[in-house]
Amino acid sequence: MRSSRIPALARSPERATTPPAALPLLLVLLGLACLPLQVQPQEDWFRTGTGLGVEKIRLAVPAFAAQSTEVETPAGVFNFVLQRDLEWSGLVELVSPSFFPLGIPFRPVELKHEDWSAVPANADMVAYGSLRFADGQLMVDAWLSDVRNPRAPAVIAKRYRADLTQQQARGLAHQLADEIVERLSGGVPGIARSRVAFVSNRTGSKEIWVMDYDGYNEEQVTHCGFICLTPRWSPDNSQIAYTAYERTRASAEVPRTSIHIHSLVMNRRIAFPAIGGTTTTPAWAPNGTEMALSSSRTGDQEIYVGASDGTRLRRLTYSRGVDISPAWNPRTGQQIAFVSDRGGAPQIYLMDADGSNVERLTDGEGYAVSPAWSPNGQLLAFAWQKDNTPFDIYVLDIATRRTIQFTRDSGRNEQPSWAPDGRHLVFQSNRTGHNQIWMMLADGTQARQLTFAGSNTAPHWSWGQP
Amino acid sequence: MSVEFFTREGKLRGGERMILRRGLRWGGFLILLVLLLLAGCKKKAAPPPAPPPPPPAPAAPTATLRAVPSAIERGQSTTLSWNSTNATELRLEPGVGSVGPQASTTVSPARSTTYTLRADGPGGHAEASARVTVTVPPPPPPPPVTRLSIDQAFAQRVRHAYFDFDKADIRPDARLALTQTAEFLREYTEARVLIEGHCDERGSTEYNIGLGTQRVNAAREFLLSLGIAANRIEVVSYGKERPFCFDSTEECWQSNRRSHFVLIR
Repeated sequence: MRSSRIPALARSPERATTPPAALPLLLVLLGLACLPLQVQPQEDWFRTGTGLGVEKIRLAVPAFAAQSTEVETPAGVFNFVLQRDLEWSGLVELVSPSFFPLGIPFRPVELKHEDWSAVPANADMVAYGSLRFADGQLMVDAWLSDVRNPRAPAVIAKRYRADLTQQQARGLAHQLADEIVERLSGGVPGIARSRVAFVSNRTGSKEIWVMDYDGYNEEQVTHCGFICLTPRWSPDNSQIAYTAYERTRASAEVPRTSIHIHSLVMNRRIAFPAIGGTTTTPAWAPNGTEMALSSSRTGDQEIYVGASDGTRLRRLTYSRGVDISPAWNPRTGQQIAFVSDRGGAPQIYLMDADGSNVERLTDGEGYAVSPAWSPNGQLLAFAWQKDNTPFDIYVLDIATRRTIQFTRDSGRNEQPSWAPDGRHLVFQSNRTGHNQIWMMLADGTQARQLTFAGSNTAPHWSWGQP
Repeated sequence: MSVEFFTREGKLRGGERMILRRGLRWGGFLILLVLLLLAGCKKKAAPPPAPPPPPPAPAAPTATLRAVPSAIERGQSTTLSWNSTNATELRLEPGVGSVGPQASTTVSPARSTTYTLRADGPGGHAEASARVTVTVPPPPPPPPVTRLSIDQAFAQRVRHAYFDFDKADIRPDARLALTQTAEFLREYTEARVLIEGHCDERGSTEYNIGLGTQRVNAAREFLLSLGIAANRIEVVSYGKERPFCFDSTEECWQSNRRSHFVLIR
C-alpha cells in the first residue's frame, strides 16, 4: 500500500519537489490526516480503476443568460441543473463564481480566454451560452471552450430546442451536461439522463419506482398493492424485471413469489412464466437476451440462467443453502457474481456463466451480500458486515482481490449499484434514521441523499445509453 | 282318676252292682251340675245395667307437611307449608324450629333434606315429613366434550417455529412446536397451512428471501417427516419484508426469525 502512494504524490506538481528524505514522514502525517476520509489517497489502484484518479479539470460555468422574459424561469432551472450535474459529475472542479472575471460571455466573441485562464479563475475550460424564446420554443445556444488554447475552436458549439417548460429546461441542462462530461472524460458519456429504479413504500405497499439520477421526477412503475422488490433494468433500459408477491384471486391466501417484467415503453407488464417456489433476483445479461435468477423450484434456492423471457432455464448451482443475487459481468457477460451461504455466513462468489469455476471472492469474514459490477467489469461493490458494525459498502478489485471500504460510521449502507459512468454508486442508507437512496462518487466521497418520501431501498442504476 | 276307676272296676268284677250304683249316683250328680250350670248361664245373658258416661279424653294432634316444589337445584328455595291441629308445640326440623300451627316458610337447603314437623299435644304427638330433593347444578365449566372449532384448535395448538440468526436448522424448541402442529394437522384433516418464512432485519432483502425459503422448507420437511401430506402445506418466504416486531433488539430479532403458520382451507 505504502509504495503505491509515491506515484500518486509524484503526479502532483507541488509535491514533486518534496525531498525524498521527507517523504516517509509526510506520508505518515498524511495518513493520519486522511484517516477520517472515506477513501484514503493511497488507494491509487482503485482511483485508476474508476477514472477518478485523473486530475480534475477546472471548469467555469457562468450562468446562461435569459435573453427574453419568457425564458427567465426555465433559465433559472437550466442553470441550476447544469451546475449541479457538472458538480456531481466527479470529473471537474467548478470555479467559484467569486473568482469569475468581469464580463460574462454569452457567445464566443465575448469570451476573453486569458481572463478566465488567469488567476484567480484559473479555469481550463468555460461553458457558457444563452437561452431565448424562439418559434414558440425554448432555445439554448451553448459553447464549451478551452481557454488555455485560445486558437482552438470551441469544443462544443450546439443549439438545443425544446418545449418551453421547466421540465424541458431540466432535460436540456442534463443533455448539455452529458455532452460536456463526455468530451472532458475522453468519451465516457455522462449520467445526467440516466435513471435509478428503487423500491418505495410511500404508497403503503412496496412498489417499484424510477427517478432521475438526481432524485427528480420520481414515478411509480408498479401497482402491486402488496410487495414488489429487486428491480433490475434491462440493458436497453426499456424494461424492469422485479420480484412480485402476488395475491391473486385464485391464490388469495397463498402469495406467489415470482418474477414480473414491466415494459416502460408500453407501460404494462410483459408475460413471464411462473417458475415455481421462491423465484427472485432477476438479472439481465449484458446482451439482453439472457437472464439469471434464483429459484427454489427444487426446494433449495439455486441460481438459474435462461432466456430473458423466462424459458430454457438451466440450473447453475447445486450447493445446499441459499444461492441468490446473481450479477453478470456487464463487460464480458461471461461471469456471474452471486451470494451463497454454502460456507456458513453469506459471501460473494464468482462463477463462469455456465456454472463452472466457482470461487469465493470475499475472505469468509462477516456477512457479505449484494454484489454489483462496475461497468468495466473490474470492480465489484457489495455490502459487508464485519466486527458487529452495521453494513457498509465495500469495493473489491476482481484482479487483485483487494477491497476498499467506501462508507463508514454513517448508519447502515447497503445495496450498491454502479452508474454507467463507473464514477458513481447509488446505495441505500439509514443514516438519517430511515432508509433512503443515496449517491456517492466511486471513491466514497460526496454522498448525496436522493429520496425523502417514505422508506426507499434497493436502488438499481440504469445502463449506459447504447 | 278315671283310669283308676276303670282299673278298680276291672279288679272288682265281682262287685258290678255296687259299681253301677256308685255310677248312677255320680251321673245324677253330674246332670244336676249341668242343669245348675245351664240355669246360671241363663241368668248371665240378661242386659247389664248402663254404665255412667266416661269423662271426654284429650284429642290426639294431627300434622301435615308439604314442600312445593319438592325438588330444587342447589341455591334455589322451596316452600314448606304445614297444617296441624290439637298440638301445643310444633317443631319443624331441621333448621326451622318452633312454628305456628298453620303457616309456611321458604327454605333453601344445600342438599337433599327430609323436613319433619313434630306436633306434640296433650293427646299425644304426631309427625309429618316432606322430603326436598336438591340437585347439584352441573359444574360451571362443563368439561369440553365437543370438539374445538378448527380456528380455535389452530390458535390453541399450532406454534410457530423459531430459528437462530442466519440459520434454517430446526432447533429443539422448533421441533416441539412443529410436532404439536403436526398433531393438530393429523386431528383436523380438513386443515391446510401456509408457512411463511421470516427473518430479522439484519442482512440484505435478497439474501433474507433465500434464508426465509430455507426456513419454510425446513419446517415443511419436518412436517412431511411426521406424515403430513405435502398438499396440505403451502410455503412463502417474506424474508425481512413483513416483520412482526420493529425494534433492533435481540428479543425482537428472535421474534422475527420464524416459520410462521397461517391456517388456510
